[in-house]
Amino acid sequence: MILGVAGLLAFLTWGLISAGDSGLTVGDPVPVATLPTLPEGGEASLADFKGDWVLLNVWASWCGPCRFESPALEQFERENRDRLKVLGVDTRDLSEDAMKFIREYDITYAQIRDGNGDYADDLKTTGVPESFLVDPDGNLVAHYPGAFNDIESIEKFAAPALEATAAAGDEAK
Amino acid sequence: MKRLPGLLALLAVALVALTFPATSSAAEPQASLPQLEDEVMCPICGTLLGLSRSPAAERQRVFIRAMIRDGADEEEIKDALVAEYGPQVLALPDDEGINLYAYLVPILGFILGGLAVVWAVVRMRRNRKKDPPAGKPGPGPPSSESERLDADLARYDL
Repeated sequence: MILGVAGLLAFLTWGLISAGDSGLTVGDPVPVATLPTLPEGGEASLADFKGDWVLLNVWASWCGPCRFESPALEQFERENRDRLKVLGVDTRDLSEDAMKFIREYDITYAQIRDGNGDYADDLKTTGVPESFLVDPDGNLVAHYPGAFNDIESIEKFAAPALEATAAAGDEAK
Repeated sequence: MKRLPGLLALLAVALVALTFPATSSAAEPQASLPQLEDEVMCPICGTLLGLSRSPAAERQRVFIRAMIRDGADEEEIKDALVAEYGPQVLALPDDEGINLYAYLVPILGFILGGLAVVWAVVRMRRNRKKDPPAGKPGPGPPSSESERLDADLARYDL
């Protein structure tokens, strides 16, 4: 009886501890999942960008802060697309709403659709938006929960990528 | 022979009566938002859609209302929601694969519980049958004890 209660308590404690294990650690490989693209018609994953720096941005059309940061993120991508790639992950969203969002903000970078939210769970997101800076080997370099205020805050977050690619460019010259 | 037209008329009425309920039950059930709100989940809250007022839940309601307006039945709406959000959007699991246990286990439990009750009742009845009927007195105490009892009672006889 006592053993049974102790076992149950141990199980519940383990559950609490593992639930609190949130967030990827810098240096960890970032989870990869092959998901449908937006607009529909293909599939893509983070693995397709191996060899490039990637800013992975998890968003949803119903999320106000995602709307707030979108113009700055699009501008950042246009200005830096030769140095890093931006990959949007639309999560727990209606595909039609997501497409409206993409058109509304004239988003040109690649998008994948995580309708059931499994990929966002793999990334251990706590909400939307959240961004991850991924190095060319697929490892996490930085994590940004919440919305970027402006393009400067995105540049600051992506500084390791911008500096690394700038240095590589200088060496090539 | 005179009864034949009457019988035919009765048969026709019975046929009509049998046909109409069959037709109405064959029709697809009309989908309603309140009912669906109790059968699907909010994609971000982990609660039934009916319990959530989150922006994502509101968008889900708009989606359902639009499908109802377009004449979709409940199953079509659920299928569309599953296509958008995955099977987790359904509050009740489907009846395939491992999900089947969600339905079978309670039924099995109910059957086993019923059997246990029946077994207990049968056992109780058997035990009652073994007991002597209330009206008939038992064999009573042995004669020596009876004599002792009579003697004791005589002592207290006033």
